[in-house]
Amino acid sequence: MNFTLRVWRQAGPGTPGKMVEYKATGISPEASFLEMMDVVNEQLTLKGEEPIAFDHDCREGICGSCAMMIDGMAHGPNKGTATCQLHMRSFADGATILVEPWRVRAFPVVKDLCVDRSALDRIIAAGGFITAATGGARDANDILVPKVAADLAMDAAACIGCGACAAACPNGSASLFTAAKITHLAELPQGQPERFRRVIAMVAHHDAEGFGGCTFHGECQIACPKEISIDTIAHMNRDYMSATAASREEKAAGGTG
Amino acid sequence: MRAPTFFASTVGKKIVMAVSGLIMVGFVILHMAGNLQVFEGAARLNTYSAFLHGPAGEALWLLRAILIIALIAHVVSAYQLTVIDRAARPVPYVKRELQAATVASRTMRIGGVVLLIFIVLHILHFTTRTLQPAPLAEGDVYDNVIASFRIWWVTLLYVIAMIALAYHLYHGLWSSVRSLGVERGRLNPFRRPVAITLAFIIWAGFTIVPVAVYFHLVS
Repeated sequence: MNFTLRVWRQAGPGTPGKMVEYKATGISPEASFLEMMDVVNEQLTLKGEEPIAFDHDCREGICGSCAMMIDGMAHGPNKGTATCQLHMRSFADGATILVEPWRVRAFPVVKDLCVDRSALDRIIAAGGFITAATGGARDANDILVPKVAADLAMDAAACIGCGACAAACPNGSASLFTAAKITHLAELPQGQPERFRRVIAMVAHHDAEGFGGCTFHGECQIACPKEISIDTIAHMNRDYMSATAASREEKAAGGTG
Repeated sequence: MRAPTFFASTVGKKIVMAVSGLIMVGFVILHMAGNLQVFEGAARLNTYSAFLHGPAGEALWLLRAILIIALIAHVVSAYQLTVIDRAARPVPYVKRELQAATVASRTMRIGGVVLLIFIVLHILHFTTRTLQPAPLAEGDVYDNVIASFRIWWVTLLYVIAMIALAYHLYHGLWSSVRSLGVERGRLNPFRRPVAITLAFIIWAGFTIVPVAVYFHLVS
């Protein structure tokens, strides 16, 4: 298969960038999008040009590194997949494909398609954790978790922190990321002792990083490679109301994990 | 109440928008029910108007005060969130293909501005009678309605405003209950039976009055 790529090239942070056209020829339909990029980069290297910088790591949809806006869609057109799980057979032969970095103020471009997503790490550092006693590991089933709560928590915990939600959001909001982390911990017994201070701290930090607010366009859940529901945002808002408007404090007994 | 934290955050501002929005939706439904009395004749509508301005006068002012506060809270929060949201993406995409956003969700801001202008014009028209496209008399609501909506551009203006209202409510009703923490587990962004039904009823209930008057179905 042959493609025409238009890729964002930017030498470094703060320097001006532009869309540059490349030909991708002789690409296997079974190649993943990243493998196609590898082929293009090899050709660029052989020609003595600078290869296109892009983030990637596991290439099996679990690390969340491969951040690319493909034809105006985060992780490309397919549902529930990261860029590494997108295959070239999903495109028409001869298609022109636009590839851009995530465009969010909180994700500054490092180089070409690489953006700095440490803003998400700082939201986690603000409260997306539990405080646990050290010591010997407890038995796995020592703390009872209701089935429904376990399912909700696991669905939310599927978040790989790729940033597609913020990239896809017309408001540049990382609400889905923040809400997924909050929901994940708020549904489990281990998350209870810090439940309300967590939601206050994480929402405050989400805003401080310069992300926008949620208006429920629903773009994030379509873009999310883990198909996390915007219901988590409703869950976050509910806990936020409890924590602020009702000044609720943690009372429920939690586990130590 | 942790007020400074609450009002400063994007989540807090959305909750303010949701609560104030739902208050205004409640009013809009009452207003629509009041309007529909035009089909029961001049006496019925004018008696209702006299009741509102007479025995229920104090309640009316209380309602107006609540609505003004709700409107200000709604507009101020919307403005602040718009500034925050615009700043969150300083460099736009060369190409952006929206996959889930609806016409309604994308026109919330411009539709909100249209509705704000409409609200001002509407109050200047029927409430204060500052704007008189046709001569309006105090107390004779029925004749005022008939005289005004016989003018094509007045009817057109109201019809356009009600389309803006329907779109605003379709997204706003659905979105506000989610902002308030209600989860319904629906992945399909277009399937919102309650929101679309209510938005349609409100649209139809308001639009039918000027249209019926214009086409002489009410006289």
